[in-house]
Amino acid sequence: MTRIGDILGRYGGVNLLPLFVAALGFVLIGAPASWVTLTVAGLAMGMMIFLMASGLSLVFGLMDVLNFGHSAFVSFGAFIAASALAFLGAWLGAENIALNIAAMGLALVAAILFGLAAGWFFETVIIRPVYKDHLRQILITMGALIVAEQIILMIWGGTPTAVPRPAFLEGAWILGDVSIEIYRIFAFGLGLAVYVALYLVLNRTRIGLLIRAGVENREMVEALGFRIDRLFVAVFMLGSALAALGGAMWAGYQTLISPALGAEMMIVVFIVVIIGGLGSIEGTLLGALLVGLVGNYVGFLAPKMALASNMILMMAILLWRPSGLRPAVR
Amino acid sequence: MSQTRTTGALIVKTAVLAIGAALLFAPFLFQDVRALEVAARICIFIVLVASYDLLIGYTGIVSFAHTMFFGIGAYGTAIALKQMGNGWDAVALGTLAGMALSLVLAVAIGLLSLRVKAIFFAMITLAAASVVLVLASQLNQITGGEDGITYRAPSLFSPATQLWQGADGKVATLFGVKMNGKLAGYYFVFLTSLALFVFMLRMTGSPLGTVLKAIRENEARAEAIGYRVVAYRTFVFCIAALVASLAGSSYAIWLKYTGPDTALSFAIMIDILLMVVIGGMGTMWGAVIGAVLMVLAQYYLRDLMELAAGATADLPVLPHLLEPDRWLFWLGIIFILLVYFFPAGIAGTIMRWGAPRAGR
Repeated sequence: MTRIGDILGRYGGVNLLPLFVAALGFVLIGAPASWVTLTVAGLAMGMMIFLMASGLSLVFGLMDVLNFGHSAFVSFGAFIAASALAFLGAWLGAENIALNIAAMGLALVAAILFGLAAGWFFETVIIRPVYKDHLRQILITMGALIVAEQIILMIWGGTPTAVPRPAFLEGAWILGDVSIEIYRIFAFGLGLAVYVALYLVLNRTRIGLLIRAGVENREMVEALGFRIDRLFVAVFMLGSALAALGGAMWAGYQTLISPALGAEMMIVVFIVVIIGGLGSIEGTLLGALLVGLVGNYVGFLAPKMALASNMILMMAILLWRPSGLRPAVR
Repeated sequence: MSQTRTTGALIVKTAVLAIGAALLFAPFLFQDVRALEVAARICIFIVLVASYDLLIGYTGIVSFAHTMFFGIGAYGTAIALKQMGNGWDAVALGTLAGMALSLVLAVAIGLLSLRVKAIFFAMITLAAASVVLVLASQLNQITGGEDGITYRAPSLFSPATQLWQGADGKVATLFGVKMNGKLAGYYFVFLTSLALFVFMLRMTGSPLGTVLKAIRENEARAEAIGYRVVAYRTFVFCIAALVASLAGSSYAIWLKYTGPDTALSFAIMIDILLMVVIGGMGTMWGAVIGAVLMVLAQYYLRDLMELAAGATADLPVLPHLLEPDRWLFWLGIIFILLVYFFPAGIAGTIMRWGAPRAGR
């Protein structure tokens, strides 16, 4: 038993879980064409959830702050992107593909900029006074979430908003009898790019070194003379921007968004962060892919179990590894 | 913490007694249908908030699954009344079934996850509650889905029942109040709530309550003295779950309707959280004050805001902000400010008045 464990560990250990889930899904579903479609959908969904969850996980790891209002950034990102796309409506349907791409890019940039600004505001005004007090952190960020949801209701109203998609992301590629939506590929690619960028920043740069050191032992880094608090504001802003980006991508994926989106995604994001282990982006990616894949497979096999499946997955993983799959050192 | 014998504590307790008296005579004092609804809702929420205060205020557990237990109790009674007719056996069976399910879930969640950090626990309960909410809205055949269930309460509580018959064969009246089943229903809710509240008050005053506070203040130390922290936490989590479940059952009997919006939705969880923080965590009295203020605000603040929005209709932004639907926005802001500046809430802050400075 331990030998099998060693062999598995050498080839990636828990990192193989998504492959295992994919293989299990293949056996249970039986039809290769639907399996490919579902897997692509699951991976794309996982990547978008990864965008939303990575910031939350990093912020917690670095500062021991859990932001229950994180999903507010997701919904704001989604609605801002939707408004930007609607505003640039003329470019979306244009023949010129450059205009198409520019419109999508501008919408995403708008969401990111908002995320940066809102993250700065949130960190300095809302969270700074309650460092190191978990109970009040939970309460305050919950209050901020309520206010943020009400602001969204005030600006965009309670009825679902339609999100126009640029023409170049519409439609699907047909390979044999498999059809793959282009938007899903785009979402997957973007998520992967963000992951690689985050990975490189964290592992190859000086700033990343400081962040990782801060996650591991904050006092020691401060004692060495580095301003962890400034770094933290930056990480918080980055996390919020990623959440807003994730929300923007999600809006394009759903094409119809309602103010309830934030609350729905919050649960999923929490589950992902718990599964992955707080504080590590590798764990978050792993958790997000697992949730995406399992959600899509179960949604196909037993539609009513879709949300419960995430919960069961979380329970199972917590029983197996109480602090998540790949927690940051601690 | 010499909070119990200050002038402030006296003020709070007097206020709570006054509220209790007002609730006791509510059917006679406020003679319209809506006021009675409000009074019954206040009774139920006092119990619900007080049981949540056992967790968050006395033990320092942040759970987002409290509406789940409330909803389980409500749905248990509702389903039994729907399936078995409106007898007392249905009420008993449904209530017991709801309590049993709540207990099982509470033990499972408690033992699984009360060992971990407060923050993990909050997230896990949030996830569990959302799954139950989804299940309730998807299992159409049993729970009625989004529409909920309408059923008849035991015939004692039906408005047509006459508790006393007057000389003319019609329902007798006392101070202009009809002695009908509606009145019996209200007093059923009131007495159930009173009993549960007194039970919890007694519990917090007992040695058990002291242990819970010790765990809240310094977990490691409580453990070192020899108290089994996880066992105590799980126990109080179960008690709170059972009380919430009972409150749900009596609310289901009073309302004669149970649906996701009245019993399970996340909005109720937020209400409870607001009530407990506004009223004051860690004092049973705070639960009473918070519940009364919030329920009154829910019913009457909207009317007030409607007036204000109408009065400011010509100004640019104000009417938008004062729209009745925006009341949660204001409550959210008040909530944040309260957590910043008065973390002890209304009751906690007032109870400190007149306390010796050094004692705090």
